[in-house]
Amino acid sequence: METIRSLMTLAAFATFLGIVWWAYAPARKSRFDDQARSILEESDE
Amino acid sequence: MGPMQTETTYNYRVVRQFAIMTVVWGVVGMLVGVFIAAQLIWPELNFGLPWLSYGRLRPLHTNAVIFAFGGCALFATSYYVVQRTSHARLFSDWLAGFTFWGWQAVIVLAAITLPLGLSSSKEYAELEWPIDILIALVWIAYAVVFFGTLFKRRVEHIYVANWFFGAYILTIALLHIVNSAAVPATFWKSYSAFAGTQDAMVQWWYGHNAVGFFLTAGFLGMMYYFIPKQAGRPIYSYRLSVVHFWALIFTYMWAGPHHLHYTALPDWAQSLGMVFSLVLLAPSWGGMINGIMTLSGAWHKLREDPILKFLIVSLSFYGMSTFEGPMMSIKTVNALSHYTDWTIGHVHSGALGWVGLITMGSLYYLVPRLFGRVEMYSVRAINLHFWIATIGIVLYIAAMWIAGVMQGLMWRAVSEDGTLTYTFVESVKASYPFYAIRLLGGLLYLAGMLIMAWNVWKTVSEAKPAEALIPAPVHA
Repeated sequence: METIRSLMTLAAFATFLGIVWWAYAPARKSRFDDQARSILEESDE
Repeated sequence: MGPMQTETTYNYRVVRQFAIMTVVWGVVGMLVGVFIAAQLIWPELNFGLPWLSYGRLRPLHTNAVIFAFGGCALFATSYYVVQRTSHARLFSDWLAGFTFWGWQAVIVLAAITLPLGLSSSKEYAELEWPIDILIALVWIAYAVVFFGTLFKRRVEHIYVANWFFGAYILTIALLHIVNSAAVPATFWKSYSAFAGTQDAMVQWWYGHNAVGFFLTAGFLGMMYYFIPKQAGRPIYSYRLSVVHFWALIFTYMWAGPHHLHYTALPDWAQSLGMVFSLVLLAPSWGGMINGIMTLSGAWHKLREDPILKFLIVSLSFYGMSTFEGPMMSIKTVNALSHYTDWTIGHVHSGALGWVGLITMGSLYYLVPRLFGRVEMYSVRAINLHFWIATIGIVLYIAAMWIAGVMQGLMWRAVSEDGTLTYTFVESVKASYPFYAIRLLGGLLYLAGMLIMAWNVWKTVSEAKPAEALIPAPVHA
């Protein structure tokens, strides 16, 4: 049981590191920049 | 246009309803807070009536400011943001209307039952089981409306603010249903489904995640939409916002045990709570930096625009209280701070500074747009509100810091013969001057809220409700 708990913690941490890598990979930079700008491109009225 | 394209406008009606009630409940909840702050100085202010006793009005205050003021603000902004960023009308007008009237019914029932002394005694979850069931129904309807709108969105990407709103809605449903599990004895009396230490742990798993997801994630949803919109600049780093989101989600769930240091809770659970609370500093400050740095290169806007002052200064209070929180979760610090007014100061630095100011800033952005006006009736009144509120917060939290540290030191002081140096009542007596300063701070904050109510009234009373068109789909 203890081993499973430890493995779960490591798996969660690895998942988080994977998310960081996914977010910061250069290939996705321009897409994210577009998404950040998307809310400014429509009028407010 | 196909048959799907029959809806041409956003549902602003429900957003307007929640936005107006945010202001109304803000005034009410803060007024009750000021009243009980005065009771701590002049206990006779309960007039000998049980319905006005501190123990009954205190949960009324917390419920009113968190769930009535904060809750209505979250409904209003999440409904507005999810529509605008999805280019889609709310999933169901009828269900959205149900969430409004249902939530108002919950608030009115709370305002009746709490002064009557009907309470489950769980902090921030005091309402009795029939009201808990109504809350669950309203919340499930909320989830259906919000996620239903995301489902019918006409833009591919789900903007980051919606991730925070979505996490807050899902998590609060889970927390509320588990923590409110109870065995009813009569219509207004129930017993918790959990016992002893387990009950305490479930309660603070709920309690701290109510802070983490209701008072943090939901309001971060506001931050990620209204700061870029008001500043006219995209968020500093969208990639950081992705990491910020997941870091908060992975960490917050485990921080609750820090409310139970040095209790019957097993030591390992206390230490786990402390460690996760310390880790929380990183995502909290990541989010704060992301919001504040959005103004990078355009700092002059902060000088000229009172709405941005609200939004950005709210983030500095967020940064302060999320530094203070992890520090207070360290067991040795907690040994001094727990059960003192330091905790009250910490909570209000987050509540008045972060939650209050970001809500007010977002509403000053939102209200004119919902009523077809360019800006609020008086921009100078926004500026006045900002300064009165900020001075009020600083007085409030500084007074509580000093009172709290003083109380902690007096309670632990031991004379040479091993007896306690001070009686408890001596620490109460020594707190009086700081209670008076706290009352002054609270009065200033309430005065700011009244200025806002006047300004909103003047903006709304001569305006017509606005209809906003959904942008036509873009064809390649």
